[in-house]
Amino acid sequence: MTGSINRPPQMLEALTHHPPGRPRRPGPRGLQRKTLASWLFLLLGIAYFALPLVGTLIFSLRAKPMLSAWTDMINDPQVWSTLGYSFAIGVVTITVSIVLLVPTAFWVRLRLPRLRPVVEFVTLLPFVVPPIVLVFGLITTFSQPPLPLTGTNFGSDVLLVCAYVILSLPYMYRAVDAGLRTIDIQTLTEACQSLGAGWATILWRVILPNLRVSILSGAFLTLAIVVGEFTIANFLARPMFATYLQQISGNLAYQPAAVALMSFGITWGAMGVIALVGRGNQGRIEIGGAH
Amino acid sequence: MSYLNLSGIQKRFPNGFVAVHGFDLSMEKGEFVSFLGPSGCGKTTTLRMIAGFERPTTGSVVLDGTDITDRPPNRRNVGMVFQAYALFPNMTVADNIGFGLRVRKRDKASIAKRTAELLELIGLPGTGDRYPWQLSGGQQQRVALARALAFEPQVLLLDEPLSALDAKIRVSLRAEIRAIQRALGITTVYVTHDQEEALSLSDRIVVMSEGRIEQIGTPFEIYNFPKTPFVARFVGTLNVLNARVVDATAGRLDVGGQEMLATGAVDTAAGSTVSLALRPEILTLGDGEPGHVRLRGTVDEVTFLGAVVRVRIKLPGDAGVASVDTFNNPHLAVPARESAITFSFPAEACLILDGAGRDAVTAAATAI
Repeated sequence: MTGSINRPPQMLEALTHHPPGRPRRPGPRGLQRKTLASWLFLLLGIAYFALPLVGTLIFSLRAKPMLSAWTDMINDPQVWSTLGYSFAIGVVTITVSIVLLVPTAFWVRLRLPRLRPVVEFVTLLPFVVPPIVLVFGLITTFSQPPLPLTGTNFGSDVLLVCAYVILSLPYMYRAVDAGLRTIDIQTLTEACQSLGAGWATILWRVILPNLRVSILSGAFLTLAIVVGEFTIANFLARPMFATYLQQISGNLAYQPAAVALMSFGITWGAMGVIALVGRGNQGRIEIGGAH
Repeated sequence: MSYLNLSGIQKRFPNGFVAVHGFDLSMEKGEFVSFLGPSGCGKTTTLRMIAGFERPTTGSVVLDGTDITDRPPNRRNVGMVFQAYALFPNMTVADNIGFGLRVRKRDKASIAKRTAELLELIGLPGTGDRYPWQLSGGQQQRVALARALAFEPQVLLLDEPLSALDAKIRVSLRAEIRAIQRALGITTVYVTHDQEEALSLSDRIVVMSEGRIEQIGTPFEIYNFPKTPFVARFVGTLNVLNARVVDATAGRLDVGGQEMLATGAVDTAAGSTVSLALRPEILTLGDGEPGHVRLRGTVDEVTFLGAVVRVRIKLPGDAGVASVDTFNNPHLAVPARESAITFSFPAEACLILDGAGRDAVTAAATAI
């Protein structure tokens, strides 16, 4: 480019000189270097997350015979019963959270916007109060009259669900609230009302469907919390998956690694479902909590 | 007896702000009335009180003989079209249109039939399976109109429905809205800040300012015979010149040292200042026809706008500036800046506005 002998020096300078303040476009070499750096960081990131999993997988395969940790896990009825129980508690927790939080977040946004900071603060309390404090508070309060819930399995299940609803509050509320932010609920609500709809119809047929992805996002986070939570389940003596995992970790070497990997797989599966549902919405409704 | 009656409506918000003061309006069945005014004049608040989204602090809303003041919005049988369309994103076009009918538990066959009819009416047949985001803004607003009409409401309310659309679509859609309204004979209240929209659509216009009604009248009355200075200034473009009252009884006025005569007495004391309102389309450069009022000034600015040449003429003293639009004529010279110029107007077209009060004095003026 600069080899042209007929061009005056000013023009050559103008062609080769980069004006101040303007970002210089990287040349082919610069571009290559940047691409390499990007790949390097990506690989580092993947390694950070993947290496422990690969290590766990390799460890689980050290058992003799090689797949015995996995076959033992599959054949252990306790894996499935605790997993089933955890999922059942998770589903109930999610249902209670939706029933409680969707109307609350909707009403706060629609009619009580001044209360939003207060509600947000309350939903963040589970980050401040550790599960151990929460469970001791629950046991102390509900192990004696007038509500001796810890006396029965059903009562303990109720306490467990209540505790998990509180634990998942920040995630679920924020997911729903973020979803509400993406739609003009004021106008949609008024449009529904002008068409003759009552509050139940508005929530069920318009607000909830438009929060589908946000609610799913919050629901899977809640499920992940419930399936992985140990402290509360242990102190309430409920047969949750996390307590089972802790039990077998003391006795067996390789099977816990296989079980842990399986729980990762379930979580990834859940995330995959979110991605699929999100794609079904043509990208119009963003996943709640991602804002 | 009127079909929709708003009497003594006042709206005071909890912070003490009064958005609407003593609003009275009677509408006949099938009438198209526009609320016209600048932002914050209370037009949307009044509309929302008809819809039931706001409760009047005092006053009543009576629809077809029934007091609906305290009825919730979902039990009023009033359809509404919003500026932001407010279509339900999770539903198809057909589901959106049929929503009001489903809420009323109509059978599927009649919902499908009505939906098809309305899609035909709004010129969007075959789009029932699409989602709102697959339609253009104009199409979405048509669907919103169909949705509001589907359950055959007693009154249709439109809250600046064309504001979010581009100019070309606005003009075509407003003609469609009027045609549909006429075809169905539905009583309609239309809120807008666009005077052209209000003038072209309405049977009557309610001009509002600061929560009060300034004037109610047909578009012709509102434009040609404004009752208050606000209406004169807000509706259409207007040249406002300052004049001093020389003789109130005789109607003699002084405009920048040039005397002119009002046909009637001026209801303001001699020596006080009044405003003269002149529509630009009635002004012509030059002496005009015999009997026309003539005023002299200097050319302040000449703006070439293609088909039109706009000449701003500064009058002597503090009389003000008049804009005169003339058609471009390549064979005539454009007046030079700072040159002396005369413009004229028919005497009866000059409105004399009260200086500061709310009540306007309308009088014809003649040249002395």
